[in-house]
Amino acid sequence: MDLKGKKVTLHDMCLRDGMHPKQHQISVDEMVDIATALDESGVPLIEVTHGDGLGGSSVNYGFPAATDEEYLDAVIPKMKNAKISALLLPGIGTIDHLKMAADIGVSTIRVATHCTEADVSEQHIGLSSQMGLDTVGFLMMAHMISAEQLLEQALLMESYGANCIYCTDSAGYMLPHHVTERISLLRSRLKPETELGFHGHHNMALGVANSLAAVDAGANRIDGSAAGLGAGAGNTPLEVFATVLDRMEAETGVNIFKLMAVAEEKIVPLMDQIVRVDRDSLTLGYAGVYSSFLLFAQRASAKFGVPSQDILLEMARLKAVGGQEDLIEHVAMEMAKAKS
Amino acid sequence: MSKKLRAAIIGPGNIGTDLLMKAMRSDWIEPVWMVGIEESEGIKRARDFGMKVSTSGVDGLVPFVEEDNIQIAFDATSAYVHADNSRKLNEKGVIMIDLTPAAIGPYCIPPVNLEALLKEGRKENVNMVTCGGQATIPMVAAVSQVQEVEYGEIVATVASKSIGPGTRKNIDEFTRTTAGAIEKVGGAKKGKAIIVVNPAEPPLIMRDTIHCLTKDEPNQEAIIASVHAMVEKVQQYVPGYRLINGPIFDGKRVTVFMEVEGLGDFLPKYSGNLDIMTAAGLRTAELYAEAIANGTI
Repeated sequence: MDLKGKKVTLHDMCLRDGMHPKQHQISVDEMVDIATALDESGVPLIEVTHGDGLGGSSVNYGFPAATDEEYLDAVIPKMKNAKISALLLPGIGTIDHLKMAADIGVSTIRVATHCTEADVSEQHIGLSSQMGLDTVGFLMMAHMISAEQLLEQALLMESYGANCIYCTDSAGYMLPHHVTERISLLRSRLKPETELGFHGHHNMALGVANSLAAVDAGANRIDGSAAGLGAGAGNTPLEVFATVLDRMEAETGVNIFKLMAVAEEKIVPLMDQIVRVDRDSLTLGYAGVYSSFLLFAQRASAKFGVPSQDILLEMARLKAVGGQEDLIEHVAMEMAKAKS
Repeated sequence: MSKKLRAAIIGPGNIGTDLLMKAMRSDWIEPVWMVGIEESEGIKRARDFGMKVSTSGVDGLVPFVEEDNIQIAFDATSAYVHADNSRKLNEKGVIMIDLTPAAIGPYCIPPVNLEALLKEGRKENVNMVTCGGQATIPMVAAVSQVQEVEYGEIVATVASKSIGPGTRKNIDEFTRTTAGAIEKVGGAKKGKAIIVVNPAEPPLIMRDTIHCLTKDEPNQEAIIASVHAMVEKVQQYVPGYRLINGPIFDGKRVTVFMEVEGLGDFLPKYSGNLDIMTAAGLRTAELYAEAIANGTI
């Protein structure tokens, strides 16, 4: 694989996807501190807000330590070079949230749908693109459909005005050849100026390998998270990926030693539990389960006395998609009833 | 003379057709007209059922309102055109039951506030909120009838095949309208609505989770009784409305898990979300018809 001279935009997730393992409790001060350090290490794009994106604050997904508005208001003015992005899941967040984030000054709006439901994003992608924002279509759980089906959905998002399309491995299920197949087809059929991105989860410890496969197949934006802080076994560890790209002589503009320091000195001490591949997170990757279900399954396991691994496997069997956190408690109760 | 109110259905799509099939069995409503904007499968089906049809929208119906004695209409089109449809028919004295999320008229969740609306007398326009609202707001109300609810949140999970292009183009309308009605009709101080679309095959039956945060410690016994009583009320017009788990209590959180299976008239059974809309719309119309026949409005 020759990535020499390739330009890769690294997008940090620890202040958004990283909210999942933190149960959305990262404080405003911690966000400012971490975002500032990431900015200083040359990370060009940083995502901020609730783990489930704008408007995610809820009983169902968890109430955060501060509002999206407070986080964005605090972080954006402190950035010297880095830009700030926000994620929006139609059905959870609305145009009102999008406008709020744009007013505060996000550069990038990422509109996320389940990989087969791109047509619920038309109004959000359309508005974001009309407002002149960097507009990303983010197709989640992309392992559940073929490359050809993913292309159909990507074309819809592109037609609504997205200038970048993501293949999102929300379950950390994909193997490198799955990534290659999807990104290659998107690259050959979307407009040449449409950027391509890959968002990985490290549940099978393939975050770095899959991201390399994505770049090799034509993606130029890669999501990762300092120290991997993210749902499940975390995201692609950003400092590791940046270091590998450095060795391969790809261009990221990131100072890898500074980024390593952010991971080591700021993110690891912040972790409530070590975010790593363990039995439950590996099960997410193995069975193809939405990564943020992890802590919900563990809490339901403690409450209803059924193994979290079994809950996750049942969620896979039920073909649950992102956002169905409410199903977990029900599933655990049903399993507990069946046992007794 | 029959006590039945003669009715027009606007929108010959899946919802309009399902509503037509339900209305044909009604003791109180007699469907007479089906209104579309062009020749279509739906118009053809309506003709086969013996309906008069318009293929030029509401304008094609308006000249016949008086001679056919149309007193009530259902709008199953979209929020964008609803205001126009409603105005044209209201001018002719027709009551409009709005199945779009336009929400010009007051929200109506039959087992919660229809009785109160009827007491207010004749309405020109009544809005049926959203499918998620019909499925969940009765549960929010069941809790708020027992004690103060600071926050009500609903999560509706629907099969991909059961939501049409109109809803998809304006999914924000769903979340906003539903959240508004959780407050206004459900009685929660603050409302939030979430919709999740799942493409699994075979399609899943509509699932709804309702979370309420009560102001004080929940009165468990009273809430359980209230929830069960409310389920029975909804079952009167949606037999497939089922409590599948709960209420469960976690501190001040009360959570109820529901499943809504449709009757399978025209729409498949999994699309309980659409069935509960047509059933609630018809239920509302029937109670207006009854009140008119009894001379109470």
